[in-house]
Amino acid sequence: MEPMPQIPMLSYDVVVIGGGPAGMAAAAKAKELGLNVLLLDENDYLGGILPQCIHPGFGIHYFKEELTGPEFAARLAKRMIENGVEYRTSARVLEIRNYSDLEKVVIFTSPSGVYQVWAKAIIYAAGARERHAFEIGIVGDRVAGIYTAGEAQTLMDIYGVLPGKEIVIVGSGDVGLIMARRFALEGAKVKAVVELMPYPGGLARNVMILRDFNIPLYLGHRVVEVRGKGRVQRVKIVKVDENLNEVPGSEFWIEADTLVISAGLIPSVKKLKKIGVEIDPSTGGPVVNDRLETSVPGIFVAGNSLLINDLVDYVAEQGELAAEGAKEFIEKGGIESRKWVKVEKGANVRLVAPHYLSGDRDLYLYLRVSRPMENVEVRIPETGKKVRLPVVKPAEMVRVKLRAEEIRKAQERLTVEVVGA
Amino acid sequence: MKTKVAIIGAGISGASIARVLSKYENLEVHLIEKAPDVGWGVSKANTALIHGGYDDDPDKYPNRARLCIMGNRLWHRWVKELEIPHVWNGALIVATEEEDFDELERLLERGRRNGVPEMRIIDRDEVFHLEPGLTRDAIGALWVPIVGQIGPIPAVIALVENAVANGVKTHLETEVTGIKVENGEVKGVETNNGFIEADIVINAAGLYADEIARMAGIDYFEIHPRKGEYWLFDEGIPGPRRVLFPTPTPISKGIVVTTEISGHLMIGPNAQDLPPEEKDNLATTEEGLEQVWEGAKKLWPQLPPRSRVIRTFAGLRPEPTGGDFIIKAEEEVQGFINVAGIRSPGLTSAPAIAYEVAGIIERDLGVKLVEKERWNPYRREITHFFMLKPEQVNEMIKRNPAYGKIVCRCNNVSEGDVLEAIERMKAIGVKTPSVDSVKFRTKATTGTCQGSFCRPRIIQLLAKEYGVEPWEVTLKGRGSEIGVGDVKALLRGDEA
Repeated sequence: MEPMPQIPMLSYDVVVIGGGPAGMAAAAKAKELGLNVLLLDENDYLGGILPQCIHPGFGIHYFKEELTGPEFAARLAKRMIENGVEYRTSARVLEIRNYSDLEKVVIFTSPSGVYQVWAKAIIYAAGARERHAFEIGIVGDRVAGIYTAGEAQTLMDIYGVLPGKEIVIVGSGDVGLIMARRFALEGAKVKAVVELMPYPGGLARNVMILRDFNIPLYLGHRVVEVRGKGRVQRVKIVKVDENLNEVPGSEFWIEADTLVISAGLIPSVKKLKKIGVEIDPSTGGPVVNDRLETSVPGIFVAGNSLLINDLVDYVAEQGELAAEGAKEFIEKGGIESRKWVKVEKGANVRLVAPHYLSGDRDLYLYLRVSRPMENVEVRIPETGKKVRLPVVKPAEMVRVKLRAEEIRKAQERLTVEVVGA
Repeated sequence: MKTKVAIIGAGISGASIARVLSKYENLEVHLIEKAPDVGWGVSKANTALIHGGYDDDPDKYPNRARLCIMGNRLWHRWVKELEIPHVWNGALIVATEEEDFDELERLLERGRRNGVPEMRIIDRDEVFHLEPGLTRDAIGALWVPIVGQIGPIPAVIALVENAVANGVKTHLETEVTGIKVENGEVKGVETNNGFIEADIVINAAGLYADEIARMAGIDYFEIHPRKGEYWLFDEGIPGPRRVLFPTPTPISKGIVVTTEISGHLMIGPNAQDLPPEEKDNLATTEEGLEQVWEGAKKLWPQLPPRSRVIRTFAGLRPEPTGGDFIIKAEEEVQGFINVAGIRSPGLTSAPAIAYEVAGIIERDLGVKLVEKERWNPYRREITHFFMLKPEQVNEMIKRNPAYGKIVCRCNNVSEGDVLEAIERMKAIGVKTPSVDSVKFRTKATTGTCQGSFCRPRIIQLLAKEYGVEPWEVTLKGRGSEIGVGDVKALLRGDEA
């Protein structure tokens, strides 16, 4: 792999990829720690997905105040810009090269040209993408009126377009529920929210939306087919059993002109995979240590590229942690290799990050359960840690604070389990 | 005096004919298409193969047998002249049972008779040398190196752009409602956009060729649709290097496993006969897709998890009465030429069909064709950001900064690519802004995310360039508008 003399070269301590909450928090923090930072974002504006999240509910932990998405984004952007972080919008990363442990190259394109940026560290905060209709096995006609929830949100809240009048929503995750309310508020009829699992997929406060707006929720159901000429006209729904197999004879049709798919997010990590970053199949994001460093030294990851979060506050928190990691990496010429404590998934834990802990710092573990339970304890037998929780749900990420001395009690590994109290 | 020619249908056949006829000084060629853009019928959804020409029995299907191999040879030249995306990767027709070799021998013999070069039957060792991921049940194969793949819609677009550059006039969103015949001679074509006078009418209407023929009083054939369904997978999933066929059965070439030209693993099609009235039934079905899955697995056991699919789709092939291509000047209606029942291998045969039609015009209709002194055989491919080196991008950006800005992140399609696509749409007469028109020219929206990031941006660009509101932009023509109005339209009660 050779440098490319033909294209302009820039040089920074750290390049942050992605101008959403994780990236902006990382860039602001890195600058505060004295690093020379360039942030790149492919959109025409900063904020990532936040500018289209015009509902409240953001910032209670991070800013100690409830904000809308655009407000949250504006605060982070202000902090970042006032700190003197350099940033470029409409700048899309084409390739990441791991030239050596201490030299990374980011090639990006923008309306002013293609550039190569040499940096000591990279903080990757490129967010996630949504699963689409084909991935969840919907058959039928390929017609207008099928949108992912995020696309519908972009159309409505960035471009001012109303996608349809009679809406069926696939998935009761937060994005789907919020879009159900959004459509209802604009006078559209939300005819159904269809959820594959026997329980709703979103935060309790968002599930309330269905009651507020009188929207029918079909739990344990699946949208299997879309029919229409030109535009969606009707969708076919079937009931599924406990093994998620279709119940014969249970199908029915709902007339609608729009199908909104909110079937979950997948971390955008293609470019990391290309350079050999190890991926955790359960999070879909990279395997990381407690500095949020990936398996490629000097490449850090934060936000929904790390794992799908339900609160933007956690995303921003991860951005800052990655910035601290980058600072340490650059200062010491690498994160010291050590005997890491490996985090293992125990009973009713579907995913957990970070994956390796040093024991020299306090940190948060982020985890999700496989199935809902009431009156539980999060336990780490190797450290004796127990945290009592009244209820856990797959939809709600559990965030557990671990102190350095607790981690040090574990030898090579620690197991996180969620069990009845 | 110029002879006026009306071609009905801007699919691969009609477009090829338009290109070939654009060579002649004394023809005035009109290409008529009811869809908003070219190539949106049968040509849109198929296996995109340039077949080898060994498959069709010259006794039963003389036109198919003759034109397929001729078409294959012509495509080797046409893809260069017109810069059509292509790959010549060859095909393996795989035997998994001893008795399959009898069929392969028959195909080899037939191929030799049809004039197919360089075919041979290879043994198990050579099969796995060529294709290590093939089913372990493979015991040999027929190796046909001249098989290839092209982008079918890009091919139609290239042909039409070239035809238009050489003087052909297009009439899009123009639906033929009648054929005017007087004293046994065609006089022209009645359409929803008025009458188009013509001395020669060429019926290349795909699935609707029987209906068009009936408008001229010709009713000896019927077209029925045969549906085939496909799975297309995300990039980065290992697929075969060659086109893989099972040993064929009497009714079908079987379910193919390929890596299509953009590098995606693709499997399909099955074959399901539909009644003649279901010519617009392009719906995928659970049963059909399941059938394809099972069929493909027999050749390529390592199919990815189903969640790695990026698209499923269905295409319709026009099956004519009798099974062979119907390409002839009809004697009872002077000047009316049928190009009907162009089922598989229609894509392969299209260039040969076009020369056939030129020959019919000269021989059977007695029009002496005079070549133009200056006919341009070349057409330049649209700019694809993803094919440029960084320093080339920087050269483009000096002229237009839009070439540096990415719209589709999955496939690295720049805003410049999209604007160029829109310019080219307008140049061939596309009147209604459609996301699909941009998609087929640039590959935007065809990647891992299936357009959920870039579609809103493409809609904005289409709206601006066509001077319409963003919600009036369509996915694929009128009736597929992407919205009902501005975001307050329902609350105000004045939605579209």
